[in-house]
Amino acid sequence: MDGTAKILKFELQDVLRSKWMILYALFFLLLTEGLFRFGGNQSKVILSLMNIVLIIIPLVSIVFGTMYLYHSREFIELLLSQPIERKKIFWGVYSGLAIPLSAGFVLGVSIPSLMYGIHTSQEAGMMGMLIVAGVFLTFIFVALSFSISIRYEDRLKGLGLSILLWFFFAIMYDGIVLILIYTFGDYPLEKAMIGVSLLNPIDIARTLLLLQFDISALMGYTGAVFHKFFAGWTGMIISVVFLMLWVGIPLFSGQRIFNRKDF
Amino acid sequence: MKDNFGIRLTGFVLLLIFCFGVSQGYSKDLHVKPDGTMRSIKQALLLSNNGDRIIIYAGRYTEGNIIVDKSVSLIGKDNPVIDGEGKGEIFTVTANDVIIDGLIIQNAGISYVQENAGIRLKEIERCIIRNNKLIRNFFAIYLAKSSDCLIENNEIQSAGTTESSSGNGIHLWSCRKITIKDNTITGHRDGIYFEFVKEGNIIGNVSEHNLRYGLHFMFSDSCMYSKNIFRDNSAGVAVMYTKSVTMTGNTFEHNWGPSSYGILLKDISDSEITKNVFIGNSTGLYIEGSIRMKIKNNEFIRNGWAIKLMANSYANIFSENNFIGNSFDVATNSRSNFSTFQGNYWSAYSGYDLDRDGVGDVPFRPVTLFSIITQQQPASLILLRSFFISILDVAEKMIPVLTPETLMDTKPMMRRIL
Repeated sequence: MDGTAKILKFELQDVLRSKWMILYALFFLLLTEGLFRFGGNQSKVILSLMNIVLIIIPLVSIVFGTMYLYHSREFIELLLSQPIERKKIFWGVYSGLAIPLSAGFVLGVSIPSLMYGIHTSQEAGMMGMLIVAGVFLTFIFVALSFSISIRYEDRLKGLGLSILLWFFFAIMYDGIVLILIYTFGDYPLEKAMIGVSLLNPIDIARTLLLLQFDISALMGYTGAVFHKFFAGWTGMIISVVFLMLWVGIPLFSGQRIFNRKDF
Repeated sequence: MKDNFGIRLTGFVLLLIFCFGVSQGYSKDLHVKPDGTMRSIKQALLLSNNGDRIIIYAGRYTEGNIIVDKSVSLIGKDNPVIDGEGKGEIFTVTANDVIIDGLIIQNAGISYVQENAGIRLKEIERCIIRNNKLIRNFFAIYLAKSSDCLIENNEIQSAGTTESSSGNGIHLWSCRKITIKDNTITGHRDGIYFEFVKEGNIIGNVSEHNLRYGLHFMFSDSCMYSKNIFRDNSAGVAVMYTKSVTMTGNTFEHNWGPSSYGILLKDISDSEITKNVFIGNSTGLYIEGSIRMKIKNNEFIRNGWAIKLMANSYANIFSENNFIGNSFDVATNSRSNFSTFQGNYWSAYSGYDLDRDGVGDVPFRPVTLFSIITQQQPASLILLRSFFISILDVAEKMIPVLTPETLMDTKPMMRRIL
């Protein structure tokens, strides 16, 4: 893993030097700061942050990831000419992007929160879950972007596909779910809905966050089923396993292509 | 000399009258001790007259059903325990002006035939029940056809598991002018139960962890409840078939469950709900068939549904309430609306205030499209806070197609009302 570590170190330096990463962290810093300052109560701030986390993080991660890989193509080709295993290069480049992206998010969000104070354990729970969800989404969407940009040589095609994928997961998927619900409304759908929501990483993150924010709404007839699943240990573990699968599957498929690819 | 004698004589006569007066008109104290000359409460009651005080000292008394048929005060010293041993009723009070103070009354028997109580007041007036501890009774305090009584500062607890094997904490049936003040009630079926009560006051009580309602209130006109805390009751508080009720300054907290409400209003008219706090309930306020209600200055914070307003309610006025961080602010079951919302603060409001008078320039529609969708298809609740749903809600707000057009706050406040 020495090679991976070295590449990671270089990538980290490279990424930190680029102003985009600083801007990204600053964006979260200013946003959280502004929300805390003007947004009034704590729970409203965290709720607004949740919407940002669920929409912005996937978008930035997938677009930035795609662009970054196309951009550093020459560097990767240079590395490939060296006696380093391809696997190590891939992991180095991936973690060199995913780690600083999530670090930027975590720092940007947590500094103002710590400054303005998280008062109750409930708020701490919300914030903790928000950060975990944000980090997972970063890793997932960077992995997706890698598997796309490695597969397609054409930058325009790759970028378009990335944005389309984001659009699908962030918006279209829930529309399809709603259509499904209306189509099969006569059947008990609660359990099926849990299954369906596990197939979309943004939905998993959202449902996990719902348990922190809207727990009282989830205590009704239907909500209780969701609550029972996602709040229990098995549900939590299954959710996290699915999130990990969402990181793992695109990453390993990307790596496979990367190993065989003729640059 | 003669004068002197006269003075002495009058003095003597006065003294006689005084002594006579004391022995006749003033009460005596009877002392009940486990190791004393008088060992049982029943014996003391037998020897007592109206107006006497029976002092009960520390110890455990198991005397079955004690019938208090004289106007006496039963006063506990150092927490004596009156144990019903799970068989039948403990105190049955049938005389006026009885005071029961400072006793620990426990284990009135569970029965599916009789409503056994720790203390039952039966067709009497002017009684005071205070500073008692009632533990594991079927019913704790039961008032039937009584009036002008005070139930104060009692600690009532039970550990009921099913609704049928558990009775109510404070149960009133057909009573007048009863004050229930500063009691704590936990683990019963209904914390406080009112049926056919007139002019009752419920003040400063804490009713929590009860199996059904924290307060169950039916056919009880002109009653008032204020400054009470109803917490973690599996169905919250129900107020039904009543007019002229004042509900003010109460806290309804964390009443969670499939059919759990902060307050459930059914067929209520001309009543007031003011200055209450609803925090973290599945449904804060459920309103069905209610008319001319004034709902003002309440706080609705982090409820699943702050208000569920059924369309068979009309002429209700919601004003100056704060709606903060609720999953749904208002839900309804129809496109028609006959109630008024005005001058509330909604944390979900995103309008502007150009003339800076503190009132938003665009009306706020608290019923979202998604709340209608969840009414129709409960399973869609899993899409709560989805970006797609927000887009739908915004589109619906621009041009209402499915949400009630007249249900809107024309003067939403820009800042939280303090």
